[in-house]
Amino acid sequence: MKNGLGSQAAGAQATGPALLLRGIRKAFADVKAVDGLDLEVARGECFGLLGPNGAGKTTTIEICEGLTAPDAGTVELLGMNWAADAAELRQRIGIQLQETQFPDKLTVEETLRLFRSFFRRGISVDESIETAQLEEKRRSRVGGLSGGQKQRLAMACALVGDPELLFLDEPTTGLDPQARRHLWDLVERLKQAGRTIILTTHYMEEAEQLCDRVAIMDHGRVIAQGTPQQLIATLGGEDIVEFAVGGANDSQASEARHFDKLGAGTGAPNSKDSPVSEVRPGAPAGHTIVEAGLLRAISGVQSLSVDEGLHRLSVTELHVAVPRIFAALRGQGLHLSEFRTHSATLEDVFVKLTGRNLRDE
Amino acid sequence: MNKLETSSLYQLTMVRFRLLLREPEAIFWIFIFPILLAVGLGIAFRNRPADVLPVGATTPQLAQALTRDPGLTAATMDEAAGTRALATGGILLLAIQRPDGVAYKFDDTNPDARTALLLADRAIQTAAGRRDAVSAANELVHETGSRYIDFVVPGLLGMNLMGSAMWGLGFSIVEARQKKLLKRMVASPMPRWQYLASFLLSRLLMLIIEVAVFLGFARLAFGVPFRGSLWQLGLLCVLTSLTFSALGLLVASRAKTMEVASGLMNLVMLPMWILSGVFFSATRFPAAIQPLVRALPLTAAIDAMRGNMLQGISLGQLTVPVGILLVWFLVPFAVSLRIFRWR
Repeated sequence: MKNGLGSQAAGAQATGPALLLRGIRKAFADVKAVDGLDLEVARGECFGLLGPNGAGKTTTIEICEGLTAPDAGTVELLGMNWAADAAELRQRIGIQLQETQFPDKLTVEETLRLFRSFFRRGISVDESIETAQLEEKRRSRVGGLSGGQKQRLAMACALVGDPELLFLDEPTTGLDPQARRHLWDLVERLKQAGRTIILTTHYMEEAEQLCDRVAIMDHGRVIAQGTPQQLIATLGGEDIVEFAVGGANDSQASEARHFDKLGAGTGAPNSKDSPVSEVRPGAPAGHTIVEAGLLRAISGVQSLSVDEGLHRLSVTELHVAVPRIFAALRGQGLHLSEFRTHSATLEDVFVKLTGRNLRDE
Repeated sequence: MNKLETSSLYQLTMVRFRLLLREPEAIFWIFIFPILLAVGLGIAFRNRPADVLPVGATTPQLAQALTRDPGLTAATMDEAAGTRALATGGILLLAIQRPDGVAYKFDDTNPDARTALLLADRAIQTAAGRRDAVSAANELVHETGSRYIDFVVPGLLGMNLMGSAMWGLGFSIVEARQKKLLKRMVASPMPRWQYLASFLLSRLLMLIIEVAVFLGFARLAFGVPFRGSLWQLGLLCVLTSLTFSALGLLVASRAKTMEVASGLMNLVMLPMWILSGVFFSATRFPAAIQPLVRALPLTAAIDAMRGNMLQGISLGQLTVPVGILLVWFLVPFAVSLRIFRWR
């Protein structure tokens, strides 16, 4: 193959899963980083491990890569395991680690030539430079590359051995949006060429964009698994409506919200802890909460959660549901102080499953 | 790409070599610094004609008699002024005219002052009419190989080999570990032994340049002698470099940060800078600590190199220092391979 995107070895003879994890556990001191994990990734699939920082993604991927030994459980890659076939596996997988710093004073070409020399077979250095679109930087020193270029170099180093299985650990963390898109394009092309890719990320949109299937991780466990579409479908609606309301007197309500913030640490009653079933415009030190039953009764509303006065509804048929929500609130004499909608994402799935935002930590 | 270029050991070695050459500070410490040091010491300890010693006398007659000796220069001063000049080091000796003869005032713990006494007394006795009982003539010797510069060049060579090997290995490895590069390397199919071997190979490559530049300079600028066989000297340099590379590897085998590594590095090297006889003979240390001094690898290396260069001793007669170096090479190397932390 000319452009180094597709693996020559990942051919028709390959059978069985590319990766199989059974009952993986790993603890560091008293912290359970991975707590009973089962995963199966088919050949040719792009699989994403998704979760907040500290969810155990990196530990999991490093166990797969043979860099960390699990306390319990079995790891099988391409039908082989690390205990018996380490040398062979190293030849057949490509790895990009989080935050590797290549020597600043080597050029892009020298770095790739070095990594190419470790593999028995693979693509040429020129091909890998072309794949990572680093032609113009070929003779530049690594120290002078931008973050995105460094990340593409890391990707090229993972590709020189023409791997059947490619591991990418947070490939776009810390990149600006443009560099991120650039890298997504590269992964997209590798995917099109039929390589098996396993990546970790804490960007939901990245997983949605790139992955055929994702596993959402939290506290060392997989809490949901499936295609992005399947996971979003579990929300029940394909759109999310978020709003906050003020009472009959809007300024009073916003004042109340202000009080709530000030009083939060002084033991003032918090509406979040004791959901009220009635509208409390101007209630001292409380958010204005709309009665849950009222909202659930609106047709098209699938689920509801409230967080610090912000109501989050998952709805179907946004164009029908929104006028009804407006009408219901008007009927209660409430004013909207905030209102927005967006298409449901994996982020919303995570919020629904854990009650936390992904990037809260 | 030819066969050599696709070999991972070749690539690893070339990478190390390139990285070293692209580090300006490393070039300074390895090539320029030892030469500057040799030049400085060469100037400070060059063989000068014997110093003319300043002395004082209380009468012009005495001063005249003293000045007649080519080794002395005399000034006339009264006793009080002379005593002050003695105290401040202006003169080494004061000759005082007394009614019954001459008195000399000087510090007998100062070797120069004792020399001045001998010269001054001879000059005054000769002026007073004493004649030598036996006629004597001086034959002066300034032999190459017995000068301080000849002594210090093998010392500097040993010190330089120690520094470049230890820093070269220790720092690069700890830096690679800190930047997660070490982890990236073992995540690839690279044979681990080749990574460590590439450090030794690039070190040896560097050694050829380093030793040739330094010894070539010492030869051309100071005429330092090479009395032993050159290839045996080369072997000693290789062994010394391997020994300190092994020590550098040991220091770097677990350290996670540069701070820890440089602390350990100085801990290992400082005693040797002081004890191993780089600038003066290690035999000056008390007998009680001589076994320790002798057992240090730098002492062994410098002793062997001085033996080769200054006395022309062959390797066969240097089994003790060579044996000490071998032990210091093999033991740290074996230990560091066992405890090396790859991530």
